[in-house]
Amino acid sequence: MSDIGERVKKIVVEHLGVEPEKVVDNASFIDDLGADSLDTVELVMAFEEEFGCEIPDDAAETILTVGDATKFLEKNAKS
Amino acid sequence: MRRVVVTGLGMVSPLGCGVEPTWKRILNGESGARPIESFDVSDLQTKYACTVVRGDGSNDTFNPDKWMEPKDQRKVDDFIVFAMAAAGQALDDANWHPESEEDKCATGTMIGSGIGGLNGIADTAILLKERGPRRVSPFFIPGRLINLASGYVSIAHGLKGPNHSVVTACSTGAHAVGDAARLIALGDADVMVAGGAESPISRIGIAGFNAARALSTGFNETPEKASRPYDKDRDGFVMGEGAGVLVLEELDHAQRRGARIYAEVIGYGLSGDAYHITSPSPDGDGGFRSMSAALKRAGLTPSDLDYINAHGTSTPLGDEIELGAVERLLGNAASKVAMSSTKSSTGHLLGAAGAIEAIFAILAIRDNVVPPTINLDSPSVATAIDLVPHVAKKREVNVALSNSFGFGGTNASVIVRRLVH
Repeated sequence: MSDIGERVKKIVVEHLGVEPEKVVDNASFIDDLGADSLDTVELVMAFEEEFGCEIPDDAAETILTVGDATKFLEKNAKS
Repeated sequence: MRRVVVTGLGMVSPLGCGVEPTWKRILNGESGARPIESFDVSDLQTKYACTVVRGDGSNDTFNPDKWMEPKDQRKVDDFIVFAMAAAGQALDDANWHPESEEDKCATGTMIGSGIGGLNGIADTAILLKERGPRRVSPFFIPGRLINLASGYVSIAHGLKGPNHSVVTACSTGAHAVGDAARLIALGDADVMVAGGAESPISRIGIAGFNAARALSTGFNETPEKASRPYDKDRDGFVMGEGAGVLVLEELDHAQRRGARIYAEVIGYGLSGDAYHITSPSPDGDGGFRSMSAALKRAGLTPSDLDYINAHGTSTPLGDEIELGAVERLLGNAASKVAMSSTKSSTGHLLGAAGAIEAIFAILAIRDNVVPPTINLDSPSVATAIDLVPHVAKKREVNVALSNSFGFGGTNASVIVRRLVH
């Protein structure tokens, strides 16, 4: 897994309080990791904070899994 | 009206996590006041408070992880975590864990707070100013709202009855107990999880109450001496934090399931001072009328009272005004009644005070003992009422009244009695 993937995973574990083993690329935040709609908003904010980029609402709506987040941030991360 | 009894108790206090550890330390005459260490106090007038001691749960320390997932604790202010802990304890104590839809719908929540998420509001206001609106968490609002104490408890335990909350400053806990009892008496619920929770100990909380000239300031070297209701050297209240929650239940409902019954809630009175936003009316009439209303509701006379858990916050004005109101109420019965302020030990838990003090009134009945007013070396006025200085006293207690008075001139009195069949 890429460095960005590791950092995404760490944020997801921290914010959703889930076992690290469950945070795999195809894990859905809502269906597999127990997040609700507010959790996903906060997750996106945490990604923005960690990677120094802005994630517009229409892009945020397409980030449904751990892998979606990693892919988006590999392209857009500024830090 | 249906009769309402108390079948479960839960508490997080500066004297420990749990009802029994707190009660034991109160009867021992211990103080929960200590220097504040969790934030910078160098420029604050008051550098001490009655703080809840966090830890792994050993030695009666408060381990929040036992009551709420760490990921959820992050989203809320501490008053909600305290409420979750006290409510969990109270429901366990009552052995009431509703599973059927009918039982869930018959069980409600009424946990209030005086101020709610003060710390979170302060922190987020700074974040908003420094980083802008996009950094404000989606959990900012639901983690600060006062009624989310009830909300979180309702969700955690599947309680689908009335989901309500009280906000009446330092009368909150007493109003919650009284109002919840009424919901049961009127048939809106069979069981209510009721009480108060507060987490005001922060720079902004201390600064605000210092500005209002309400806090004790003169005991930075000896915090344990600072809360001294009725004593001539008192100089304000000592801020506390924590939560108290009671399980209230309709009498037949409790008896049918064989629940242990601590006491019956037999009286509840409310009044307004219509005088000043922070000062009590000098004639004490508001407190007098709330106590009188509670006695009337209970069908008792003043001489039936054995113990009064006073509001007694250790402020120069308030203590004597309340004492005067109680003397007026009791008349010739004054010498037969014991009245103490457990705030001398716990500090003032603001919106949680009325709830933990209703619990102490109940435990006074259970154990036939009256808790002491510690630090009461030299009373500022003479009274025939036994203020129980320093040391707890064994005595028969069948009827106890608890007073709570709040900013805005709001007063509440709750009367509990040993169950008589």
